[in-house]
Amino acid sequence: MADRTLPIDGSLDLTPPREGESTWLETLHSWVITVDHKKLGLMYMMLAIFFLLVGGGEVLFIRIQLAVPNNHFISPQVFNRLFTMHGTTMVFLVGMPLVFAWANYMIPLQIGARDMAFPRLNAFSFWLTAFGALFLYFSFLGGAGLYGVGNAPDVTWWAYAPLTARAFSPGNATDYWALALLVTGFGTLGGAINIIATALSMRCKGMTLMRMPLFTWLLVVDSGLLLITITPLTAAQVMLMLDRYLGSHFFDTQAGGQAYLWMHFFWIFGHPEVYVLVFPAFAIASEVIPVFSRKAIFGYPAMVAASVGIAFVSLGVWAHHMFTVGMTSAGNAFFALSTMLVGIPTGIKIFNWVATMWGGKIRFATPMLFCTAFLFQFLTAGLTGIMLSVAPWNWQLHGSYFVIAHFHYILVGAIVFNVFAGIYYWFPKATGRMMNETLGKWHFWLFFIGFHVTFDTMHFLGFEGMPRWIYTYPADRGWDHLNLVVSIGGLIQGVAVLIFAYNLISSLLKGTIAGNDPWDAWTLEWSTASPPPAYNFATDPVVHSRRPLWDVKHPEDPDWKYE
Amino acid sequence: MMLPEWLRVGRIAGFVFLLAMFLSSYAFAEGPQSTPSIFAPTSTPAIDIHHLSLFVLEITGAIFVVVASLLTYVIIRFRAGNAEDDREPAQIYGSNQVELAWTVIPVLIVVVLFLTTARVIFAIQDAPMPQAALDVTVIGHQFWWEYRYPKQGLVVANELHVPLSDAKQPTPTHLKLLSADADHSFWVPQLMGKIDLIPNHPNEMWINPLTSGLYVGQCAQFCGVQHANMLLRVYVDTPEQFAAWVNNQAKPGMQDPSVAEGRRVFETEACMNCHTVQGTAATGRFGPDLTHLMSRDTLASGEIPNTRDNLRQWIKSPDSFKPGALMPAMQLSDSQLDQVTTYLETLK
Repeated sequence: MADRTLPIDGSLDLTPPREGESTWLETLHSWVITVDHKKLGLMYMMLAIFFLLVGGGEVLFIRIQLAVPNNHFISPQVFNRLFTMHGTTMVFLVGMPLVFAWANYMIPLQIGARDMAFPRLNAFSFWLTAFGALFLYFSFLGGAGLYGVGNAPDVTWWAYAPLTARAFSPGNATDYWALALLVTGFGTLGGAINIIATALSMRCKGMTLMRMPLFTWLLVVDSGLLLITITPLTAAQVMLMLDRYLGSHFFDTQAGGQAYLWMHFFWIFGHPEVYVLVFPAFAIASEVIPVFSRKAIFGYPAMVAASVGIAFVSLGVWAHHMFTVGMTSAGNAFFALSTMLVGIPTGIKIFNWVATMWGGKIRFATPMLFCTAFLFQFLTAGLTGIMLSVAPWNWQLHGSYFVIAHFHYILVGAIVFNVFAGIYYWFPKATGRMMNETLGKWHFWLFFIGFHVTFDTMHFLGFEGMPRWIYTYPADRGWDHLNLVVSIGGLIQGVAVLIFAYNLISSLLKGTIAGNDPWDAWTLEWSTASPPPAYNFATDPVVHSRRPLWDVKHPEDPDWKYE
Repeated sequence: MMLPEWLRVGRIAGFVFLLAMFLSSYAFAEGPQSTPSIFAPTSTPAIDIHHLSLFVLEITGAIFVVVASLLTYVIIRFRAGNAEDDREPAQIYGSNQVELAWTVIPVLIVVVLFLTTARVIFAIQDAPMPQAALDVTVIGHQFWWEYRYPKQGLVVANELHVPLSDAKQPTPTHLKLLSADADHSFWVPQLMGKIDLIPNHPNEMWINPLTSGLYVGQCAQFCGVQHANMLLRVYVDTPEQFAAWVNNQAKPGMQDPSVAEGRRVFETEACMNCHTVQGTAATGRFGPDLTHLMSRDTLASGEIPNTRDNLRQWIKSPDSFKPGALMPAMQLSDSQLDQVTTYLETLK
């Protein structure tokens, strides 16, 4: 028989709400000085959504410019700055804060803790990220420096040497880029250390590592990956600044430096970074799919092993971004193989999610719709990834619109879709109110269609030889109609995101009251009040299985009998 | 029957989707004029890559069909009904046999894919070059291409001429890839995949074109403001055409006394600091060699047709075609512009 000291009763917050007792200024002050993991998580989330809108706005200009050939909507200088800022923003100011938004808000609640291991380091990490972001965008004002040249960085988010040398990039725009990533990078390291420490030392009684929710597992592995990969990026930014201001020659090809040294530094960070960004999407799928299929996750140990496996293999594949830089045939063959190997643990994950749905009673509420679309899109992205790992074919596809289509299938089709799923899923927990389902469905279907119109079409542009990073193209290339279709799809996605933003705000103000456990879910965060009180749980929870609330709801058939 | 709410939204959305698909099918129906498609290869490495890509497409396509069908089946079959049946389904926690199966099958697929891939990598990268191969050095500049033919002693710009190869007696072209400034990438999809031009890191590639004609492409690694207009044009000539072309390019620049005014402008107004005209005092290295400018079809690295009007406008204001190009506007008077254009027009 299950131990009935489980949280549900003991952990509910019975103190009356204290809204309306503080002034507006006091409320603001309480957010600025907060060290509470939930408030910091929400601040990370707001930062990410704000920059998602900024980065999305930037790409609208790009798509208008490319909608027709020989367009003069924006100048090449502005275009180059926009795609550099779009890429940098989406990776460092949207994707990375999202990792910490989810980890901060969810991990203490899921492992039955009252806060992160290092609350003040947590706040420090957030503010480093926020000010790093501000610093990057300040380049629009300060980047011209004393030279009167371009303001924002325009060297692509790869910032390949030697284009970043002062000979080719005068002014301060490149400095803003390098230093902003240095600052946000330290914020990231602080956050990653905090997550690992929290998961290792703050778990409640009974929660062994193999009972930890998969969500938490994935973000812990993610943090380990971050600790390894942010370091070379930080080192490379320091070397770049030394080159630019103190006369060193790491990347200075005119003085014997090596351009491809930067490539190695950048991609040993840059490739695992893709997995860093996608792990929260895996984490969300691993919570949403079981709950909406009404079944335990299939193959929990295999899922944990596959996550660690992906992280491990992802550290040995970076040079598949460099098949065209002239490596030896043996080098190309090695990185083709290591890249293909990633497909094995990734396949295991997809199969386990599908097996979780198999035999279930699937409820297609908005979170599950986004997660189902994610499964199709992630499958496609994995297969186009296999195509790109075939080094000779990569010589054709690399740097083309096919690659853009491939990685947006991951970054949007997997990550953004599941972030939306996660927001619809946990919004009731964080605010106490449900999001509007009808608007949610409009949001989903419009975004789904816009996504496919845009990114499915981009694959074909790549097949037809269109390279990325070009601000215009000749009319006789046969790319004009496809580009128009891509731009129309972008517009549809923009409308969908506006619906989402409206839904977010209107549901916050007048959504129906959610209650503690609106989805009939099984992890610890649903056992406390919505929104959770500052201390999360009034009494320390005790768990006996991976699904503590299942055990409480089904005392006749608890999970711990089978684990 | 009343449709569930998500389906009603889905139906309206379905119309939008069909409309979008209709639009994109219209896009496919339009006949492109010179699309550098990777699926229309005319030269050996590109043909080999094309065959490999079809094989990979078959395998990945099959995986997609199997997994996507399974997923679709699950979505339809296991949707919760509307019945007031709130019993939970049977809980299944996993199965080692099943996990093993879907680990081993992908491993086998990876082995097949890898061996196929490796064979093509080694076949292309380690292919020995026959004696008859033509050597060309490609030098990437912001934002134009320089081609040097060391054995023929030629230096030309922006339009590469190579001989047609014969399957029986191949005369491939061996390209050595260098950069004068930032990173560039040489990509003419119908001939070969791209290889980067990286300063301090000489690269090489080869092409073995089997169909004559003009093939277009462009720089595929971001190299600065005008990366988009760093276009590539490769002319695959029959052996006779190629010999005639080499013969013409090897001549020194035309010396026509009737355009002495224009030549004086060229040699005194700083043009010659960057441009070379063989056989004259102009020996600049920063810009394209102009000795046989009129033998080229295009100006500004393939961006505009080589006509008198375009040439004059280009000299007057390069930024009007290519904002951010490194050639400065020399502020010539109208008569100087006419004179220097007339002079350049004699460089055939």
